[in-house]
Amino acid sequence: MSQQAQKPLPDALSRGASVKQLSLINLWRSYCRHHVSSARDSLRRLLVQPLSSLMTCLVIAIALALPQVLSVAVSNIDQLGQGWQGRPSLSVYLHQQVKEPVAQRLLDTLEKRDLIVEGRFISPDQALQEFEAHSGFADVLGKLERNPLPPLLQLSLAEEASLEQVQVLQSDLQARGEVDQVDVDLQWLQRLQQILALGKTLIWLLAGLLALGVLLIVGNTIRLAIAARKDEILVTKTLGGTNAFVRRPFLYTGFWYGLLGGLLALVLTEICLFALSGPVAKLAGSYGSSFRLIGLNWFDAGFLFLVSSVLGWLGAALAVGRHLASIEPK
Amino acid sequence: MIQFLNVSKRYPGGFDALSNLSLTVDAGEMVFLTGHSGAGKSTLLKLVMLMERATRGQMVVGGQNLNKMPRRQIPFLRRQIGVVFQNHQLLFDRSVFDNVALPLLISGFEPRDVGRRVRAALDKVGLLSKEKLNPIALSGGEQQRVGIARAVVNKPPLLLADEPTGNLDPELSAEIMKLLQQFNDVGVTVLIASHDLALIERMGKRKLTLEAGQLVGDTAGVSPTYQGELS
Repeated sequence: MSQQAQKPLPDALSRGASVKQLSLINLWRSYCRHHVSSARDSLRRLLVQPLSSLMTCLVIAIALALPQVLSVAVSNIDQLGQGWQGRPSLSVYLHQQVKEPVAQRLLDTLEKRDLIVEGRFISPDQALQEFEAHSGFADVLGKLERNPLPPLLQLSLAEEASLEQVQVLQSDLQARGEVDQVDVDLQWLQRLQQILALGKTLIWLLAGLLALGVLLIVGNTIRLAIAARKDEILVTKTLGGTNAFVRRPFLYTGFWYGLLGGLLALVLTEICLFALSGPVAKLAGSYGSSFRLIGLNWFDAGFLFLVSSVLGWLGAALAVGRHLASIEPK
Repeated sequence: MIQFLNVSKRYPGGFDALSNLSLTVDAGEMVFLTGHSGAGKSTLLKLVMLMERATRGQMVVGGQNLNKMPRRQIPFLRRQIGVVFQNHQLLFDRSVFDNVALPLLISGFEPRDVGRRVRAALDKVGLLSKEKLNPIALSGGEQQRVGIARAVVNKPPLLLADEPTGNLDPELSAEIMKLLQQFNDVGVTVLIASHDLALIERMGKRKLTLEAGQLVGDTAGVSPTYQGELS
């Protein structure tokens, strides 16, 4: 050592005792390098402890998959309702003795109203044919002496028709001599829409709470990571590391937790949808429907990744920010 | 390089670590800071690099007024100051090379410059052959030399050392001091907190003595290289 100490200072250390000015380009390049190295290093740290990382990611995934599956379910039911009938309609049953020309005249006058977009006359014979074709009671119906079905006017209303307008129209029609009974095919649909709207709100609330949970999970995980690397943070700060420099690896750790959690959430959601698709198809089949579950599209998946990685990043930012504030000079 | 004017530091709880301290260290000086434990040596060093803020008084380091320095400027002040700690503060999750390279990565040096400078610094402290080892595998004296290499790799104009020989035997201590003096010889201002009075005497440099947070002694050294002024 004493011989070493007698050696003249090497060139790289002795040339001027001041910090060489770094150009902006150099600084930009080193900034990018640090992003890359932080991203790589934090991912490597996650993979070094695969089991505990997987646990954290799985908790995040469950929290994200739950609202995702529910929202897929709701949008499927919504789809079902849309497919049934987009606009409200009235079924106007006429008295048995009303003949076709009379019914047709009534239809023509009704169609002049703004509220009614389209009308269709279904004669008792047509109705019987349709019924035979779809109900499977053809044998029984064939044994009837006379057609029990009444003539029917089916009226499609404008989409913007309010419930009150529909009710006024209903009582107006009911008052006519030819009309036996008026059914509004709207109410159940409206109720379904209301229930779905309620369901969507509940899902958003649930998603908000679970997002908060993800924030806390990541925050707590990052807090532990900070505790494990406390010396490094202090040394880095002492050597002139900026807060951004200290924060960066932890932000990437949070980002990776979020992104991997999102990926697992996608897998979980797909598994759930796959498990449901069989029973749903069977159920739909028993109603003669060819309804199939609609899964996640690319947009949904992208949105899921975006939300999960932003949540991970944010949870990390909160944890690191609090820690850095606590070691600022007083 | 360092100017303190009526500087006081009171810690929360009312303990006065420094009271009404005034001193000047010129660029290129090598100065020892001595005094009993708790006299305020470490606090003074912490104030210089803004690890603590002064409660009262004016401080100027390297031409920059520390009183008005915003928080985001602090890292850039610290990059101008090399620090050697008693417990050397090395990171045991990486190699000797990576420990010494840390200040350069923080400052944003190009990778090829990093390699060149780190090896130069390690060569200087005689540990070039151990760059790949984990510092935990080194002896106390070697760890301290890695700490010095890390402090000077950035070529800072000011070098602070807080009890750099605290854990070392006399022979190793003398070597560490000689090493620090070599940096002073090429123009680095060096401020060393130490209570190893015998060693300080042998170095023949200016000595500041603190007692209960106040400057009670300021003696010029006898070394011919000493050119600083008393304040």
